[in-house]
Amino acid sequence: MCDTCGCGDPNLVSVEVHDKILSVNDRTAAHNREHFVEGGVFAVNLMGSPGAGKTAVLEATARALGGKGRIGAIAGDLETERDADRLRAAGVPAVAITTGSACHLDAEMVHKSLHDFPWRDLDYLFVENVGNLVCPAIYDLGQAVNVVALSVTEGEDKPLKYPVMFRKADLVLLTKVDLLPHLDFRVEEVMDALARTMPQPEVLRLAARTGEGIPEWIAWLSGRRSAQPRPAAGRAHPRHHHP
Amino acid sequence: MHEYSLVRAMADRVEQEARERGATAISRVAVRIGSMSGVEPELFASAFTLCREGILAGAELEIRRSEAAWGCPACAAPIRAGAVLRCPACGTSAKLLSGDEIILEQIEMEVP
Repeated sequence: MCDTCGCGDPNLVSVEVHDKILSVNDRTAAHNREHFVEGGVFAVNLMGSPGAGKTAVLEATARALGGKGRIGAIAGDLETERDADRLRAAGVPAVAITTGSACHLDAEMVHKSLHDFPWRDLDYLFVENVGNLVCPAIYDLGQAVNVVALSVTEGEDKPLKYPVMFRKADLVLLTKVDLLPHLDFRVEEVMDALARTMPQPEVLRLAARTGEGIPEWIAWLSGRRSAQPRPAAGRAHPRHHHP
Repeated sequence: MHEYSLVRAMADRVEQEARERGATAISRVAVRIGSMSGVEPELFASAFTLCREGILAGAELEIRRSEAAWGCPACAAPIRAGAVLRCPACGTSAKLLSGDEIILEQIEMEVP
């Protein structure tokens, strides 16, 4: 009942919340991250437009690593297991997440997929996100780093058009650089666009087809992996229902 | 379009708050969305109309916007959005001070 006049109208109560709308996702992501650190697995969230060459980068990474690092992948797509099939054919253990209509992966989808996947045996876990330069950027998955593949066939102004994605990138892989002689793409222009969208612009030029830039990419991964915190001894994460 | 899943997550949070306080209806929900959040306010608003049922049936949505503001974390010099993200004074990498918010700020509810 109304306190002022007793008229029987309900009271209007204003509640201050100030809660991140993605707080549930962020908690699951933090949980995933704890698992990865505890398992000594370096998790990479690989994003980019459809056709930027994400799967090709992973195939080339597997070829170049040979037996020197155990890698696995979670591949997100709206439909089909084609990317996961390609990765398995390249010798990369892979599990597919088909999102149906969702334009991005979230932390819960990644968490569930870990249940069916021997991720604890890996040195590197690549999460190949849904091809999209918008939505995946806002969902933390528990990764150690965000890597964005940007192909030279996409145009130099992509970072300025999709600043949210590029701001969150720890590294940009400029892919398909073997095509540069056939294109009007100006590398210095994309570098300028990245300097205006990434606070710490790190860019590697790469061609999965020829192997150009792959050694530098692997060196970058290995450097970042050795900087990942080591699991604290004697403080194992509760094992709940994980394999 | 991820706005629908954001609105869904927000609605869950609002419904939980309403249950805890014994509210019979939600009259208004206020969110803050930054220009660097990756969320389109118009899409968020249209996704909200799809979630207006049950306790949210009569709820109004207020979207408070905030613009991107960059600054130098070392010497506090402001850095213009669109500029090279490096402090012109001391060379430190710029930091986003605001503009990435996706926040549920306030709920107005009817409590009998």
